[in-house]
Amino acid sequence: MGRYLIRRTLFMILVLFIVSLFTFIIFMKLPAGDPARRLAGSRATTPQELETIRHNIGLDEPLLVQYGRFAKGLIPWPGLFLNKQVYFSWANNVPVSEEIYSRLPYTITLSLGAAAVFLLVGIPIGIVSAIKRRSFVDRAGMVFALIGVSAPVFWLAYLMLYFFWFKLAWLPGIGVPPGESMVKSIALGRFILPWLALAFTFAAFYTRMIRGNLLETMSEDYIRTARAKGLSERRVIFKHGLRAALTPVVTMFGLDVATLLGGAVITETVFNIPGIGQYTLLSIFGGNFPGVMGVTVLAAFFIVIANLLVDVVYAFLDPRVRYT
Amino acid sequence: MTEPLLEVKDLTVHFPTEDGLVKAVDGISFSLEPGETLGVVGESGSGKSVSFLTVMGLIRSDQAVITGEVFFQGQDLLKLPVEEMRNIRGARISMIFQDPMTSLHPYYKVGTQISEAVRTHQKVSKQEAHDQAVEMLRKVGIPKPDERAKQYPHEFSGGMRQRAMIAMALSLNPDLLIADEPTTALDVTVQAQILDLIDRLKQEFNAAVVIITHDLGVVAEHCDTIQVMYAGKAVEFGDRHDIYYGSHHPYTWGLLRSIARLDADSNERLHPIKGLPPSLINVPPGCAFHPRCPYVMDICRTETPALLPSDGHHAAACHLSLADKERILKEEVMSRS
Repeated sequence: MGRYLIRRTLFMILVLFIVSLFTFIIFMKLPAGDPARRLAGSRATTPQELETIRHNIGLDEPLLVQYGRFAKGLIPWPGLFLNKQVYFSWANNVPVSEEIYSRLPYTITLSLGAAAVFLLVGIPIGIVSAIKRRSFVDRAGMVFALIGVSAPVFWLAYLMLYFFWFKLAWLPGIGVPPGESMVKSIALGRFILPWLALAFTFAAFYTRMIRGNLLETMSEDYIRTARAKGLSERRVIFKHGLRAALTPVVTMFGLDVATLLGGAVITETVFNIPGIGQYTLLSIFGGNFPGVMGVTVLAAFFIVIANLLVDVVYAFLDPRVRYT
Repeated sequence: MTEPLLEVKDLTVHFPTEDGLVKAVDGISFSLEPGETLGVVGESGSGKSVSFLTVMGLIRSDQAVITGEVFFQGQDLLKLPVEEMRNIRGARISMIFQDPMTSLHPYYKVGTQISEAVRTHQKVSKQEAHDQAVEMLRKVGIPKPDERAKQYPHEFSGGMRQRAMIAMALSLNPDLLIADEPTTALDVTVQAQILDLIDRLKQEFNAAVVIITHDLGVVAEHCDTIQVMYAGKAVEFGDRHDIYYGSHHPYTWGLLRSIARLDADSNERLHPIKGLPPSLINVPPGCAFHPRCPYVMDICRTETPALLPSDGHHAAACHLSLADKERILKEEVMSRS
């Protein structure tokens, strides 16, 4: 176990290094044009001004030196980690760490809430659909799933806003006022529509996955054995069927939550939630490389950590899996 | 005569499918005395598994059209409510299956899976059920049963898993054990061990046993009576001697000839039965075996032969005259040995 964790951690560091390197190359070298000009935006700029910008943010140094400065800022060590000398927003000089720390709670609230919603919706509907196969409930569940996987979040989000906020006025609309505490925002229901919009596609996807897994499991030989023992059908389904059908879902769930924590870009944008996803978008459009680097590596970090957690948890859930 | 333990009367199991009605079991009748071992032999799709899954109540009327009667200790199982059938299943009738690799739940410990069966039917504590499970594992010849009970199925070999399945099936001391191809998925060396184990435990637990198999060779030593099935019907029924030395059905002859023999000339080829088992949707008219039968007569194509006893117990469903059967048996089937 110890050796396994050490090896996995080293591998994680390698992955994050590669992610940061590629992010750097893609931002600095791949698009046509000059990062300094992109930063300057549409303002009319003289060559001198561009030169000043370049100098201020270190673009006049050799590429390797530039990358080195950014890489050093990713080392988790006090004074180095996201240091303000390098990791500050090129547009308004706000430190990237400050942005991330203030925005992360919104993204976490949004992600975990949505995750709870899609599990609470997806698992029961999936189970009922599988058990009552070809019944009305199953058909309704599958229509829901089809709509869910087909409906884009931005469309669904506006639809929900139109009905529940504009027409019915049941729920608050977009935006979270600055300075309002998270607890208050949640209590006021500001997150309900974002949760539902974000969770809808996932719920549909999980419904289908759980239905499929459970149907497959219920035709396994060991389910026949369980029935042959004289167990009640309820016990056959919930003890023997679900145990096998839900275990693979753990993997999916871990990775999905990690992806959401990296920023639900569309949902945050539509509902104007000041989270990580929104910052990602602002950074990209503003030509703010330190911001892009910060959120990209953060998102990658969530994914690799979730990967590790899922693998460790899986070994507890499935006795056939061992750390090797 | 004592009351039969199990008496099946004119059982049919038909599955409605999109392609038509699958006549998996089409009118079989037989009975089983307490303590008897019945071998049920036939190719894949002859209805042998389906008929006993129906006896177990694992195929129910919501999945198939079931008619006939299945009397077990005087009760018609087909008329029992689900709850009552569940109390019988696993306790008084139990079943083991073909593939022990997939028949145990991969996520639960072997001991837990056995004690779950015990606790389903008996009001005992977890510890008592666990002790019973360990004891059963010991009885089926698993070394260090207390350690093995704490292991998962993937830590068992195929033979050991089948032993564990048998332990589970016998843990409630059933009156009837149905073994559906218990050795098919196992190594040849393990097959004999498992069948011997079933024999021994049958004595110890005083249970009747049904062994379902496609291999006449496998059941030769272990069955009192044998029923040969073809296309959902019983085509021959008799005791072991009747079937092995005095069979009266061309299909059984085919099965006998297809047994591989050690003492045969090494140049001699196996004699498979020509053709394929019929579709159970379009069963051939008359005798279902007639398209593959080397002795086919005109009457076989139109009239279904009844399963008639020729001498007391032994019965075969074939239009050939007794004299012809005896002659063919002597000249063509037994001449090999």
